[in-house]
Amino acid sequence: MGTLRIIATSGLIRGLIGQAIGAALGFGFVTLIRLGMGLESNPEPGAVFGALTSVIGFLAGAGVLTDWSKWALGKETPLRHGPQPGKPEWARYLHVDYNHKVIGIQYAVTSVLVLLVGGIFAITFRIELSLPGMQFLTYEQYNTLFSGHGIVMIASILLGVGAMVNYLVPLMIGASDMAFPRLNAFSYWVSVPAAVLILTGMAIGGWDTGWVAYPPLSLIAPLGVQLFVLGFFVNGFSSIAGSINLLITVATMRAKGMSLFKMPIFVWAAVAAALIQATATQTVGMALLMVVTQRVIGLNFFDPATGGDPVLYQHLFWFYSHPVVYVFVLPGLGVISELLPVFSRKPLFGYRWIALSSLGIALVGFLVWAHHMFVAGVDNTLRVFFMYATMFVAVPTGVKFFSWVATMWEGKLSFETPMLFVLGAISVFLIGGVTGPILGNIPTDMHLHDSYWVVGHFHATMFGGFVFPFFAALYYWYPKFSGRMYKESLGKLHFWLMTPGFWLMSLGQMQIGLLGMRRRVADYDPSLGYDTTHVVITVAGLIIGWSVLIMAYNLISSARSQPLAGNNPWNSRSPEWQISSPPPEFNYDVPFEVVGEPYDYGLAGSVYIRMDPSSSGE
Amino acid sequence: MSAVTNAHDHQEAHNGHELPYSAQLRNNRMALWLFCFSEIFMFGALLSARFVLWGNARPELSQVVGLITTTVLLLSSFFMNRAESAIAHDDRKTFLSGLLMTAFLGLLFFIGVVVLEWNIFGLKLELFGVEWFGHLKPTDGVLGGVFFAMTGLHAIHVFSGIVLILIVWNNGRRGHFSAEKHWGIEATAIYWHYVDIVWVFFYPALYLIGKVG
Repeated sequence: MGTLRIIATSGLIRGLIGQAIGAALGFGFVTLIRLGMGLESNPEPGAVFGALTSVIGFLAGAGVLTDWSKWALGKETPLRHGPQPGKPEWARYLHVDYNHKVIGIQYAVTSVLVLLVGGIFAITFRIELSLPGMQFLTYEQYNTLFSGHGIVMIASILLGVGAMVNYLVPLMIGASDMAFPRLNAFSYWVSVPAAVLILTGMAIGGWDTGWVAYPPLSLIAPLGVQLFVLGFFVNGFSSIAGSINLLITVATMRAKGMSLFKMPIFVWAAVAAALIQATATQTVGMALLMVVTQRVIGLNFFDPATGGDPVLYQHLFWFYSHPVVYVFVLPGLGVISELLPVFSRKPLFGYRWIALSSLGIALVGFLVWAHHMFVAGVDNTLRVFFMYATMFVAVPTGVKFFSWVATMWEGKLSFETPMLFVLGAISVFLIGGVTGPILGNIPTDMHLHDSYWVVGHFHATMFGGFVFPFFAALYYWYPKFSGRMYKESLGKLHFWLMTPGFWLMSLGQMQIGLLGMRRRVADYDPSLGYDTTHVVITVAGLIIGWSVLIMAYNLISSARSQPLAGNNPWNSRSPEWQISSPPPEFNYDVPFEVVGEPYDYGLAGSVYIRMDPSSSGE
Repeated sequence: MSAVTNAHDHQEAHNGHELPYSAQLRNNRMALWLFCFSEIFMFGALLSARFVLWGNARPELSQVVGLITTTVLLLSSFFMNRAESAIAHDDRKTFLSGLLMTAFLGLLFFIGVVVLEWNIFGLKLELFGVEWFGHLKPTDGVLGGVFFAMTGLHAIHVFSGIVLILIVWNNGRRGHFSAEKHWGIEATAIYWHYVDIVWVFFYPALYLIGKVG
């Protein structure tokens, strides 16, 4: 079969065709009914219903629902595994595949692609902002671009978290796969039509509410807001199904002897993040559905004229959307804790404290949401409570920083690209961390609310907590999933472009925020004196963008040209490095047994796992 | 680039990859309960919206209709339980009839909500001094909005529960499931009871708490 033919008949393409058919059927159905009832012409109800049917169309077309439909009809289906019959190995990645490693890579590739799309949006409006006045965008286009940047990047981060968690956790705990392989495939594939909905929303009118979709603005925004909200909603299925799957996997499928405090530390972070995803996602889903139904059916929740309360939306929205930033950063911080001992050749300092601090961050994260609403007219007692709760987040986060520094202390540090990104992550997350309490404080927040200070702080936490560790993870596990080593020189170039670029961008944003630059505005007055800084931020943003392209080139080209990396190039103790690269279809030919502590690097004679019960281990 | 090494086909012989039934069953149970726990947050969000937006007020609804639909739904849980314990004792006749009865009562509840309370056909009937068809509209301010959202979200769950029941009934009729292996029925039963219990919280919040305003 030719390459083109394989792509054209792949699950992805069949899914996209199914999505188009589903959208057309749903839209046509509602529009015909409305015509029959003699209602005035309004494309919105049809678009909403069509969006929902389009997701079903995608899933059916891609083949995600095949096994489940057969079960409903009483047929047993064996779990299909291995490459697609009669097709090359790479075709697996375009099809519904149930192997957690394939799904992890599907997540990773989609995440980086979506990251590039979101980056293009950012660079487009950054160029617009480099000069006062409007250059080449209209206000509407600007609003759509920054709103799209927000939600697309969040989708990318969730996909990146899914990539790390799916690929690594079963390998790390010694499982052959996730507990529910079909549900795992569903979790990945349902996020594809969700991304399509969001991008379609940008194309058909866009929207101007940012990624938060606050009513009343979202109630009067253009049609695009509906598709964005529904895309956001559908993505929630991915989060909930994926997190439930992960929690069960970790709970029941750990290797012999792997008690909770002997798991690799990344697994703790993944569990903490999954606890948030499995619960809080439901409330934002409800909030988004309320916006959809208020717009389409006229159910009133948010219009004060008939008793509604727009602040209710903010409560429901931030009950998810604050904890979800910990879904983004916890796996990232887990990667930092995972990699530091390897590159310091020293035990991880305070394993138990690190493990519990992840849970601590997740739990405290549920009690701080109203700090986003200090200026929304929230009751004073509530505000004071949320201020103190917010400050409290610094305690478990501080535990992590302390442990990182203590782990590196007097270690034999080596500075390969993953380690550089880990150190970059710590530096950037520190910038994000120390600028946070200023926003958590009510009086200073009232001054800085909706300013570029917030933009700088948020991007520093996201880059330090997710983007840098994610890139570190891509480089670090690249030899494991591709079998080959990336190009170290290009990796270093990526790091030395991106890190100073990011410091410049983030600190520049905070500076103009202090001077009074508002978020989410397309234009500013040149007499305010920050037009030079805007140019600097734009240039820094371009540097970051180019550095990410260098990474993409590195990862793609190294898969063919670079020498084989061997099974354990980093000399790690973690189980996934003790087997071949790439790992076998079912991970471990013989189940291993945990016989020691995971991070005793440098301690003579210490053993973490015994691969073969008959031999003495490593 | 490939995530997995190919040279392990010999593995498949002794590693069927699928978990043994008992391990899979344990995972299934945990996952279903976790899903129920997760959904608490969605129903809870809507329930708190009711208390934020309505406070001490509630819409004017027919208490008789509310009581009848609630009774019907709670009764259905009895038959669901009967069906589940019947298959555990290999009593296929009681099992199948119990499922059908559950689906029937569930359908009655669904009709009670959609046709009577929502009154989607715009009917009017007064009998025994009771107005059988509701007059609250979705657009009637927050009272209508929250009422339709709560009953609607719950009705979607009831409807999906009925579909699940009919699926396991159809498979049970054709001889699937046994006293030892009937996870499909167990899952449907847990889901059905769960949806019932949600209504136990929704019913007082909609019909009983507060003053008609």
